[in-house]
Amino acid sequence: MLKITDLHAQVEDKEILRGINLNVKAGEVHAIMGPNGSGKSTLAAVIAGKEEFEVTKGSVELNGEDLEDISPEERAHKGVFLSFQYPVEIPGVSVTNFMKTAINESRKANGLEDMPANQMLKLIREKSELLDIDRKFLSRSLNEGFSGGEKKRNEIFQMAMLEPKLAILDETDSGLDIDALRIVANGVNKLKSKDNAVIVITHYQRLLEYIVPDFVHVLHNGRIVKSGGKELAMELEEKGYDWIKNEAVV
Amino acid sequence: MAYTEEELKKELETKEYEYGFYTDLKSDTFPKGLSEDIVRAISKKKNEPEWMTDWRIEAYRVWEKMEEPEWANVRYQKPDFQAISYYSAPKKADPNKTLDDVDPELLAMYKKLGISVDEQKKLQNVAVDIVVDSVSVATTFQKTLAEKGIIFMPISEAIQEHPELVKKYMGTVVPKTDNFYAALNSAVFTDGSFCYIPKGVRCPMELSTYFRINEGGTGQFERTLVIAEKGSYVSYLEGCTAPSRDENQLHAAVVELIAMDDAEIKYSTVQNWFPGNKEGKGGVYNFVTKRGLCEKNSKISWTQVETGSAVTWKYPSCILKGDNSVGEFYSIAVTNNYQQADTGTKMIHLGKNTKSTIISKGISAGKSQNSYRGLVQIGSRAENARNFSQCDSLLMGNECGAHTFPYIEAKNKSAQVEHEATTSKIGEDQIFYCNQRGIDTEKAIALIVNGFSKEVLNKLPMEFAVEAQKLLEISLEGSVG
Ligand SMILES: Nc1ncnc2c1ncn2[C@@H]1O[C@H](COP(=O)(O)OP(=O)(O)OP(=O)(O)O)[C@@H](O)[C@H]1O
Ligand SMILES: [Mg+2]
Repeated sequence: MLKITDLHAQVEDKEILRGINLNVKAGEVHAIMGPNGSGKSTLAAVIAGKEEFEVTKGSVELNGEDLEDISPEERAHKGVFLSFQYPVEIPGVSVTNFMKTAINESRKANGLEDMPANQMLKLIREKSELLDIDRKFLSRSLNEGFSGGEKKRNEIFQMAMLEPKLAILDETDSGLDIDALRIVANGVNKLKSKDNAVIVITHYQRLLEYIVPDFVHVLHNGRIVKSGGKELAMELEEKGYDWIKNEAVV
Repeated sequence: MAYTEEELKKELETKEYEYGFYTDLKSDTFPKGLSEDIVRAISKKKNEPEWMTDWRIEAYRVWEKMEEPEWANVRYQKPDFQAISYYSAPKKADPNKTLDDVDPELLAMYKKLGISVDEQKKLQNVAVDIVVDSVSVATTFQKTLAEKGIIFMPISEAIQEHPELVKKYMGTVVPKTDNFYAALNSAVFTDGSFCYIPKGVRCPMELSTYFRINEGGTGQFERTLVIAEKGSYVSYLEGCTAPSRDENQLHAAVVELIAMDDAEIKYSTVQNWFPGNKEGKGGVYNFVTKRGLCEKNSKISWTQVETGSAVTWKYPSCILKGDNSVGEFYSIAVTNNYQQADTGTKMIHLGKNTKSTIISKGISAGKSQNSYRGLVQIGSRAENARNFSQCDSLLMGNECGAHTFPYIEAKNKSAQVEHEATTSKIGEDQIFYCNQRGIDTEKAIALIVNGFSKEVLNKLPMEFAVEAQKLLEISLEGSVG
């Protein structure tokens, strides 16, 4: 599904991604871990097509198609979803209205009519129940005044509504309380299928107990310096990153 | 309403005659320039009574000695008042013109606004055989109004048919010599609307010039007078959202509202005159004086969405004369390219326990300048007067400007005046967030702008709000590359 080859990306002449290779197949869950500032969010943003980051070398392919000239919204229409580490606020635009616009824009791009209102309502009801979201919440302005945890849960609600092919969850677990973490992880698991893939960016092993990864990668200084199975996450939790940093230097 | 088309047609014909919308069709355009003779000629052309002619002349004599104001935060080439023709016959539908002759860009815009083909024809002076919908709306409309004793007609007709009302109220809120443009308007106004709601009557529908099927292009010097008698209510919509590329360079309108004891007037405007092209050439200068007078326990709300004109100079105001009266001002002003807007309101608190609310949303894009100018004045006898003002500015790009000039003059110690102001920018992060959800940048901006303007859009009557929303979208199209 996603194939990243020798990806280099920079912002304002500062190279942040320095040769990433990653291969994600349909049905797989990949976890990306790594110290602060190692480039995890940057990688997510580059996959989603944020223009601020300039790709200087290498490629990102989605289902065999090079994404280089594809705009962020087109990537979304093709099924790329990013749950933001820091979701932005859009005052005056309700969650419902935002979702309605997003869904219909994607449908339009894929040659479909607007979703009928009753179907939209049904979908909203279903997904808000799945994530245990109070309906009142959905009429509030998007992310405005939301608590940290509410913002994250709302990101996953949007994911559930959009049913993406490739979901990238950037530290969706930070800020969630224990119950919310379980609810959100359950939600993600329910949406998982053999046709879609998930990339989970996290600092904590805890989330990976719920969303069990097939692969764990460690990002350091803009490169994947170690990959392994789910036990790698456990090892990191115990030992921290120093041993990997040292290994990488050697 | 089981009208046959034939009956409708007939009714339309008689209505036209009855209301005289099309009188003067054969008259010519006056020579350019302004003088006492021209003012007299306008009055004569309209067959006005002597008092009206004298009123105009008085206004003209004062205007002659006035200077064009310079205090607004706008820069423009002063109009040459002697190069304008002050009277021209209404445009007649050209029987040979079809929609194919109309600028395709304009038609595309109409389509986006969802304006019907017949409506498009009307706006472009293309002959329309009969617009069944509008006709039935207009006729049932006139009937309902007449039953309630509501008077709603062009002001030129009101001068003929209800001279006592016009004479009594015209110029009482905006004196004919109030300011340079108001004086000019008083001397040369050609038409506008007159509306009278009798005591205790709640006008059952939104009054709109839009429904006045024979309404020609908006006058260059429009004059509107709305009188709501004791305990009455009216909601008035001004303008329609179709973009009108009026060739007139200068518009100087006057609107006067009078709310008697316990009455309420809601006055909503959508203005989208030609803003000039992307290089800042052309466009309408819009200098408007709008003011309402509130008697005891009455309420006046101004709601406006301003997206057009090259230069806008406009301050819908309320004089809160009666105790417990309420004034409201809700405004969205959009400027793009080289547009300049200096707009805001004045709330003059004279009575006790008077209350005013000001919500102003300025959106600037391109190289435009958007200024809010508001005055809150609390008179010495206005015990417990309260005002709340909120002015929010949204900037798009780095080349535009937003300015806020709040003036507060409180002469009574019990006054409570609150002012809040914010300035924000549409952030790249907000746009990227929308993009990531599949919403392109154009649509993302529309969404963000609508969100920003929501408090004001919500004050508009439903249908108008939907159109205003589309209009915001169109006005800002292409403003972020
Ligand atoms: N727009 C930018 N301008 C300058 N530097 C940037 C920009 N965006 C990211 N960086 C830098 O790139 C590096 C990687 O940032 P990134 O956000 O990808 O890290 P991260 O791995 O997600 O960290 P964290 O775990 O703290 O979320 C950091 O040093 C950051 O300061
Ligand atoms: Mg990060």
